[in-house]
Amino acid sequence: MSQKNRLDGGQIDRKRPLSFSFDGKSYEGYAGDTLASALLANDVRLMGRSFKYHRPRGVFSSGSEEPNALVELRGGTRQEPNTRATGVELYDGLTAMSQNRFLSLRFDALAFNDMLSSFLSAGFYYKTFMWPSAFWEKLYEPAIRRAAGLGRLSGKEDPDSYDKGFLHCDLLIIGSGPSGLAAALTAGRAGTEVILAEEDFAFGGRLLAEQNLLVDQPGNDWISDVTGELSSMPNVRLMPRTTVFGQYDHGIFGAVERVSDHLPEPSTDRPRQILWRIYAKRALLAAGATERPITFENNDRPGVMLAGAMRAYANRWAVTASTNITIFTNNDDGHRTAKDLAAKGVNIAAVIDSRNDAPSSIEFDVLSGGQIINSRGRLSLKSVKVRLKNGSTKEIACGALGLAGGWSPNVHLTCHKRDRPGWNETISAFVPAPSDDRLLRVAGAAAGIFSTHGALHSGAEEAINALKDLDVSAQLPKLPEAEDTPVNIEPFWHVKSGKGRAWLDLQNDVTVKDVKLAHQEGFRSVEHMKRYTTLGMATDQGKTANVGALALLAELEEKTISEVGTTIFRPPYTPVSMGTFAGRSRGKDFRPYRLTPSHKWAMEQGAVFVEAGNWLRAQWFPTQGETHWRQSVDREVLAVRKSVGVCDVTTLGKIDVQGADAAEFLNHIYCNGFAKLPVGKVRYGLMLREDGFAMDDGTAARLAKDHFVVTTTTANAVPVFQHMEFCRQCLWPGLDVQLISTTEAWAQFAIAGPNARKLLQKVIDPAYDISNDAFPYMACGEITVCDDLRARLFRISFSGELAFEIAVPTRYGDALIRRLMEAGKEFDITPYGTEAMGVLRIEKGHAAGNELNGQSTAAMLGMGRMVSQKKDSIGRVLAGRPYLQREDDYRLVGLKSVNSKEIILAGAHLMTAGDTVNAANDQGWVTSAAYSPHIGSSIALAFLKKGEARHGEVIRIVSPLDNLDIEGEVTGPHFIDPEGERLRV
Amino acid sequence: MSEQFLAPLTALGNDTPVVETIGSITIRENPDLAIASLAARKDRGAELYSKLKSDAGVHLPDPGHAIFADDVTTIWTGVDQWLLLAPISSHPDYAAEVKTVVANSASVTEQTDGWVVFDIAGNNLIPLLERLCNLNSKSLSAGDATRCLIEHLGCLIICRESGRELTILGPRSSAASLHHSLVTAAKSIA
Repeated sequence: MSQKNRLDGGQIDRKRPLSFSFDGKSYEGYAGDTLASALLANDVRLMGRSFKYHRPRGVFSSGSEEPNALVELRGGTRQEPNTRATGVELYDGLTAMSQNRFLSLRFDALAFNDMLSSFLSAGFYYKTFMWPSAFWEKLYEPAIRRAAGLGRLSGKEDPDSYDKGFLHCDLLIIGSGPSGLAAALTAGRAGTEVILAEEDFAFGGRLLAEQNLLVDQPGNDWISDVTGELSSMPNVRLMPRTTVFGQYDHGIFGAVERVSDHLPEPSTDRPRQILWRIYAKRALLAAGATERPITFENNDRPGVMLAGAMRAYANRWAVTASTNITIFTNNDDGHRTAKDLAAKGVNIAAVIDSRNDAPSSIEFDVLSGGQIINSRGRLSLKSVKVRLKNGSTKEIACGALGLAGGWSPNVHLTCHKRDRPGWNETISAFVPAPSDDRLLRVAGAAAGIFSTHGALHSGAEEAINALKDLDVSAQLPKLPEAEDTPVNIEPFWHVKSGKGRAWLDLQNDVTVKDVKLAHQEGFRSVEHMKRYTTLGMATDQGKTANVGALALLAELEEKTISEVGTTIFRPPYTPVSMGTFAGRSRGKDFRPYRLTPSHKWAMEQGAVFVEAGNWLRAQWFPTQGETHWRQSVDREVLAVRKSVGVCDVTTLGKIDVQGADAAEFLNHIYCNGFAKLPVGKVRYGLMLREDGFAMDDGTAARLAKDHFVVTTTTANAVPVFQHMEFCRQCLWPGLDVQLISTTEAWAQFAIAGPNARKLLQKVIDPAYDISNDAFPYMACGEITVCDDLRARLFRISFSGELAFEIAVPTRYGDALIRRLMEAGKEFDITPYGTEAMGVLRIEKGHAAGNELNGQSTAAMLGMGRMVSQKKDSIGRVLAGRPYLQREDDYRLVGLKSVNSKEIILAGAHLMTAGDTVNAANDQGWVTSAAYSPHIGSSIALAFLKKGEARHGEVIRIVSPLDNLDIEGEVTGPHFIDPEGERLRV
Repeated sequence: MSEQFLAPLTALGNDTPVVETIGSITIRENPDLAIASLAARKDRGAELYSKLKSDAGVHLPDPGHAIFADDVTTIWTGVDQWLLLAPISSHPDYAAEVKTVVANSASVTEQTDGWVVFDIAGNNLIPLLERLCNLNSKSLSAGDATRCLIEHLGCLIICRESGRELTILGPRSSAASLHHSLVTAAKSIA
């Protein structure tokens, strides 16, 4: 297939032809092409359909500002919607499909919306879908959502991976046009760490797109010299295909590097893209400028595009959108396009210049004082209608039209920290406002300096200034001689004639009429206008539309553009894939796991695991024939109470507390006393928050006069450590206390049941006596096991049975559980998981996370008397406030279902028989519930008003969400061994 | 060896340490280090320095640094806090050993199994670190040591040779996740 619109020259590699397809049709392009340039070369101007009216649209620009040419790139699981054809680097075998059309791009059945345009004006949804309100959720919203949107997601899992990374530099340079390259050369030669980020795949910016910007050498030669020198410097990192999309606090910038997007698919193990967080001591924005169109009736036909883009296509990619073009301009830059294209043999039908004093040309007709008032051509531009200075009109046939409405500096990143740009009359554009923030400087066209000479020098000088802040002296390099043409523009935003639609925002189908309507209806603030009309939204963020709309709003308001101001720019500068933000954090890699020392062994046993924080804990251990989790859990619970069970409790937080004042420290941390705890003993401790509510509970074991090991609940291990560190460093810096977490260092197992001691005696070295007399309930000590392996033993019980917790260095945890299982065979030892542990502790009435939820007090937990009044501790004072001491407060109770077949659900509320079920009659709630194989019915722990005085009462347990309304008997919270005899044998 | 003895597992759950070579990068699990944490008792820092220096020849590093001596590596971990690393074969009960030296000038805690240790070597580890953590990896030189997050995990990163040799200590229970992150990053840049 011949490339009909391919010109001579350009910076494509004609020796490397590439084939690709668009909407199923095959074409050829060259290495160095973008999808857009290759399509234009093949005379494809129609590339998409508009958002709302499904109007035929062609490529409008040559860069990331593109509003129209959005395609679905690739297919299958890699299909990516809304991809700008102007930014897609052509590769062999590329496939793209047009989007937002029904049937085909040429015949889009949804284009009937265009006929309804008089109804679909600004605010259409707000006005139309108001009534009846009940229809909104079920009817209107789903219907609108179906109709809205541009490209489609594949709905399949993204097969590619995405990395994230961190970079540091002295100077980050954003953009590699003349100013960016000059800055990089300056800073690189000064020996500083430099990052040069360029969103394009080639360095050079507008130097690639223009002819004769440099006087003494071709632009490409200079680019090649400079990038060659930069790439030889170890202190300079060149990052092509990298968009710096946001500026954040403290010199942090977000950037996306498209590592593999120019390939059919990423090579093995390589990411598709990398999200970089760049820490820059100083940054320089050299992001160039974006050209603006001039608005007139039917200005959206395929073939209508920015004049600067036309020039870029011709000079860089050797492509013209048509062999017969027209230019509509309000400044000298439009003439440059006509000259460049004429020089390449393209026929210039006319240059229509809105200025009355437009420069004339011998190469083409210039219609000064002229305006384009309409255009024709359904799927491609056929002609434009021009109103001449004398008022007469003229139809000019052309296949493409270049619009040159002036250039807007790309100030976006300067606004990310809320700075607002200011209006510059000379160039009719917003430029970065002078800022006190010296972190980000601006150079070249981004600063409103449009000549190449100015860009080169401002780049180098701003680099020198930035480095001066860092006390680095840099020298101005020898810069090439370059054009220094002043900007000659006479603002002209839109043609005021015609009743048809004149498009301001091509991507969102916002017209001049829409902005006028918004203004008429009172949406006069620029931010309100944006939201009412949707102008400036979606993937292009109105890069080519905003200033035109602001100019119109200013006109309507009878204000200056400066007074109207701009909307705020926010990151990202261009769209960033969600996958890039997620990086590697997806699926099972969403967060790190923590594995217990017995994990490998538990896997071998076929344990079912549950996530507890980041831990994977064995929830239960099914054995052969068990088909329901309750069977496993009931068996495990009964086995513990009958003989002996073992459970990995490594996950409980362990904090080593040492120092001469360790006891005094704990005495302040816990509400109960610790000062007099003897060495070799463990004590249960309750810690309160400053507000008097319970924070966490656990034990503290005194291993020496100046050494305790504190345990916390699994969930609160980190918060409790943070709290203790805060107390140590900030509240009581005078105390001699040192803290460190040892959770990971020890594998700890609970061994519970009547045969627990007998089992332990088989593994503990004979030198240690763990008889009831020598090692009574709440004893602790450092021992050895299995021939001199150091270990710790605590006689504590969560299950209510005779129980111990034994700890060995983590690396021996796997071997210890295997040894215990072997040694315990004669006692029918049973491993139990968290579910059985939960049942055991509910039977025993021990509080856990469900009860310690931040809303319970010591009194509610039945531990009011534990709050020692003889010493000061955190939370003591506020625990005593009247509200927390009120007589009708909740108290922890037990509940047993009256009908043993009925199941109590945690979260259910308690109601007195006969009361209406409502919040006013609420008596309390169920915190934990379980089936107790020991009791033979469903049991629970609950907070009940005046609960301690209501034992024996039958109460309703209600959960309207679960259709639960059953009777339960209020009991004490201890279903098993309320006197605690079992654990003391 | 008595049959009573328990056989240890490495942090990655194997009998022998895992060694992965990806391109020029080798990631080696190192289970052979005994680790003890050291925290100076209140107002006894000077005494601690002098005891360690005179009785054990151990020097304590300043913030952000590690010192590699004959068989002991000392790493600054916080105000008046350090980690001490030594071969486990010659220091089987290292915390007790250190405690004997420092007596009551410092609190010592056994931390050997609190950490998984990965020794990483390669021709250029800078790109690897760039994908893992927000350290200025280019500026790390031998003896730099700092705490840093890697995939949500608080790790200690010790530079043994600039750009070529690192030791990373991470929480032992997450050894598998950390190892996965290291290997994935290494493959990504290989």
